[in-house]
Amino acid sequence: MELSGIEVLFAGSNFSRLMGGLAVSVRVSALALLIGIPAGVILGALWTLPSRAIDLVLRLYLEFFRIIPTLVLLFLAYYILPRELGFRVDGETVAVFAFALWIAAEMSDIVRGALISVPVVQVEGARALALGRLQQLRYVQLPQSVNLIMPATINLATRVIKTTSLLLLISVLDVVNVGQQIMEANRDRYPDAALWVYSFIFVLYFLACYPLAAAANRLEIRAKERIHG
Amino acid sequence: MAESLLSVRNLTKSYGERTVLNDVSFDVPAGSVQVLLGPSGSGKSTAIRCLNGLETFQSGNIVFGGKPVVQTEKAWQQLRTRIGMVFQSYDLFPNLTVAENIRLAPVKVQKRGREEVDAHADELLTQVGMFDYRDKYPRQLSGGQKQRVAIVRALAMKPDLMLFDEVTASLDPEMVRGVLEILLGLARGNMTMIVVTHEMEFARRVADTVLFLDGGKILEATPGEEFFNRPRSDRARRFLDSMAPLSEQEAPHLTAESA
Repeated sequence: MELSGIEVLFAGSNFSRLMGGLAVSVRVSALALLIGIPAGVILGALWTLPSRAIDLVLRLYLEFFRIIPTLVLLFLAYYILPRELGFRVDGETVAVFAFALWIAAEMSDIVRGALISVPVVQVEGARALALGRLQQLRYVQLPQSVNLIMPATINLATRVIKTTSLLLLISVLDVVNVGQQIMEANRDRYPDAALWVYSFIFVLYFLACYPLAAAANRLEIRAKERIHG
Repeated sequence: MAESLLSVRNLTKSYGERTVLNDVSFDVPAGSVQVLLGPSGSGKSTAIRCLNGLETFQSGNIVFGGKPVVQTEKAWQQLRTRIGMVFQSYDLFPNLTVAENIRLAPVKVQKRGREEVDAHADELLTQVGMFDYRDKYPRQLSGGQKQRVAIVRALAMKPDLMLFDEVTASLDPEMVRGVLEILLGLARGNMTMIVVTHEMEFARRVADTVLFLDGGKILEATPGEEFFNRPRSDRARRFLDSMAPLSEQEAPHLTAESA
């Protein structure tokens, strides 16, 4: 017997399984962002120092993580590195660190770009007041780049959340993968399950990403108000 | 001769082939006001920026407070707590209020107590008529007001020497006087100052010594009043003539009739 598609979402434990999948996506993204963003800010700040060695190392790091598809990165971290190094960690931990490295790379580029866009006279003003390099960054350059850094960071965060759908490939079940399992299990009873499951996942992703974007917008507007009026 | 707070010897700086400072030497006795005059591009700003390490130079020595200055950013950073600088473009931090701008360096760099710093800042702000603006952001101030705050911000470090780099050059004409009066007040209070300016009347009033630069060289270092009455170099005389009030006689005869 064929049943109406929307019921598939609530049949058995489907709903809680989907929410569990969402929780995995959000948890992996959040942890990776929590590690990756501060690391990226530090790397980006280092990058503004007049050192060719730092520039070279960070450029290589950034290009490496930018060129390699995230999928390959996950495979490398989950299947190949443990075999070569002789230890095994669970997929979620691997995902968090692989994503964190990727986020740190992208973030360092965002932060560096924003920092060097702060007018030179502002940095000179800070130097003339005897502020050290770190103090210049903390009190002058970073606050003045927030309105550039924020939107790019949020954009990155939503990209990260969306990329968690790749986690299936290293045996971590995120929300998309749970959805696919449900569809396959219910192919006969709910032929149009795909429509409902994907629509529901669409809403879930929206709910996960929208507050982020809204918060970013508010911060951005506040930073602009403070600086430009 | 009075004890020099600052001595500059044989300062030379070039960008590639172009020499911007050529063997510049001068002394700044404590409590004196040195005014740097000269045409645009003569090296005045570069010279003053060498004195707190914002510019590096190829050769020469700077002695400050009896000690030779080591040419490293770290050494300069220490000295900058004693050498205040005010720029043409104010350079207030737009992300901080007036009070936060002033408090930043004394609290974070000099590690002074916030209450003492704020009391000092309030006193200085009152003196320049800006006390009521202490919680405003720079964008809410006029150019003249910003410059007064910038001067207070530098003074809040209790510097031994103040550098002023064309501080009225980007102000609306009616804002200039108020800022120059603050500088005159500082000079009367025996602050040691080096001033780059194009305001001739002010220069005449305030200068103990005029250092006249052209093409990166100091052509003369002459006591203020004497410089304006009897400049020693030809180049300075021509410079002063070009700054003199407009005269009808020297105006070329032009007619509006078309040929």
